[in-house]
Amino acid sequence: MSSPLESSRVSLRRAFAAVLKRELSLRFRRRQDLAGPMLFFALTVTLFPLGLGPDPAVLGALAPGLLWVAALLAVLLSLDGLFRADYDDGTLEQLLLSAQPVALLVLAKVIAHWAVTGLVLSLFAPLFGAMLALPAQHWWALAATLALGSATLSLIGAIGAALTVGLKRGGVLLSLLVLPLYTPVLIFGAGAAQLALEGVAIGPQLALLGAMLAAALGLAPWATAAALRLSVAG
Amino acid sequence: MWRFIHKWGSPKWFYTTTGPWLPWLWAAAAILILAGSVWGLAIAPPDRFQHDAARILYVHVPSAILAQACFAAMALASAIFLVWKIKIADMAAAAIAPFGASMTFAALFSGAVWGIPTWGTWWVWDARLTSMLILLFIYFGIIALRSAFASRDSGSRAAAILTLVGVINLPVIKYSVVWWNTLHQPATFSLTKAPAMPASMWLPLLVMVLGFFLFFTALVIARVRTELLRRESRSRWVRALVEGDAGGKRE
Repeated sequence: MSSPLESSRVSLRRAFAAVLKRELSLRFRRRQDLAGPMLFFALTVTLFPLGLGPDPAVLGALAPGLLWVAALLAVLLSLDGLFRADYDDGTLEQLLLSAQPVALLVLAKVIAHWAVTGLVLSLFAPLFGAMLALPAQHWWALAATLALGSATLSLIGAIGAALTVGLKRGGVLLSLLVLPLYTPVLIFGAGAAQLALEGVAIGPQLALLGAMLAAALGLAPWATAAALRLSVAG
Repeated sequence: MWRFIHKWGSPKWFYTTTGPWLPWLWAAAAILILAGSVWGLAIAPPDRFQHDAARILYVHVPSAILAQACFAAMALASAIFLVWKIKIADMAAAAIAPFGASMTFAALFSGAVWGIPTWGTWWVWDARLTSMLILLFIYFGIIALRSAFASRDSGSRAAAILTLVGVINLPVIKYSVVWWNTLHQPATFSLTKAPAMPASMWLPLLVMVLGFFLFFTALVIARVRTELLRRESRSRWVRALVEGDAGGKRE
C-alpha cells in the first residue's frame, strides 16, 4: 500500500495522461459501444427523409438543424456510459481517493468521451449531410460547429451523468437534466451551420461556441467532481 | 454577521421566531392581492388598443417576475446549503422549487391566454416564451432529481449542485434565445418596449407584485416550518412543543 505522500509523487501530467490513455483503450476495446452513438446518428438521419419526404430542396434547407439535433441526441444517449462502468466496478472510488485533483481526472475522461463520440460524429456528419442534400461547400461549417459544440455538450453532459450515476433508472432523468442546458449550444451550433448555408460568414458564431466551450471547460469539471463525490457517497 | 447566520441556522430559533410573523404575512399578502385584483381588474382604465384583454397583465407580470425571483432565491439557498451545510437553506430550496415551477407555468399559461386576443395565436416561438419554457423544464429537472435519491441528504446536495449549474446557465440560455430569435426573423412582437404606462395602470401592478412576493414569503416560511417539524421530530424541543399542544398548555 502506498501512502498518500508516495502517490502524490505521480505528477499531475502523468495522472492525466494515464486516465486519458485508460479511457481511450477501454473504449477502443469495446467496439460495439464505440459504434453505438454513430449507429444511432445514422438511423435518426435515415428517419428524417422518411418523415419529411425525399425532396432534396426541403431536406437541404433543413439539414443543418436536423443533423445537429440528431448529433445532440446521440451524445445524450452516450452520456450514461460515461461513468457507469467505473461506478459499478469501483474505479470511480479510487479516482476520488487519489491525490490528484478530481476535476482534472474527470476532464481527462470527458476528453476521451468527446474524442470517441462528438469528434467522430463531426467527422462523419458531412457524409450524412450529403445524404440530406446539403451542398458540399457547407460541409466544413457543419463539421466545425459540431466538433466545437459537441465538446461543450460532453462537458455539460458529464455533470448530469455524474448526478445520476448512482441511480438505478437515471436515463429519463438524465435527459430531463441535461437537455435544457443544451439549448444555447444547439442554438448557436445549428444557427451557425444554417447561416453558412445562407452564405453568411460564421466567424462570430464559432467564436461564441468557443467561448461557451471555454466557460464549460473552466466550470463543468468542478461541478462534475462535486456530483461524483455525492453519488459515490450516497 | 456570524452570529446572525448561526441564529438563522438553528431550527428552534427559526421556528419560534417566524411563528408570530406568519399571520401578518398571510394577511398582508391577502390584502395586497385582493386590493390589486380589484384595482387592476375593475378600477384601472382599459388599454387603448387591447381594451380589457390587457388586464391579464396584472396576473401575468407578477407570476413572471416571481418565476425568475424564485430561481434566484433557490440558487442563493442552495449555495448557502452547499457552503455552510445549513439545513434550513436546503428546506427553503426544496419549498421554493414547486412554487417557482407553478409560477413559471402560470406565467406561460396566462401569456398563452393573452396571446389569443392580441397576437391571434396561443404560442409563438418568441424569445421570452422559449426561455420561460426552458426555465420550467429546469425546475422540473431539479424537483425530479431531488426526489430520485433514496437518501435525503444526497438528493438535497444533487439538487443544490444542479440549481447552481442552472443559475449559471440561465443568462446564457436567455441571451442565446434572444439572439436566435432575432437572427431568423425580425421581432414581430416586442414585449420589452411596452408603451409607457400611466400611473393608474402601473400602481395596481406594483401592488400585485408586492402581494405575490409576500404570498411567496409566507408560503415558503410555512412550508419550511412544517418540514422542520418533520425532520426534527425526534428532538426534544419539538416533542415538548407537540406534547404541550396536545395537553392544551399553549402559552
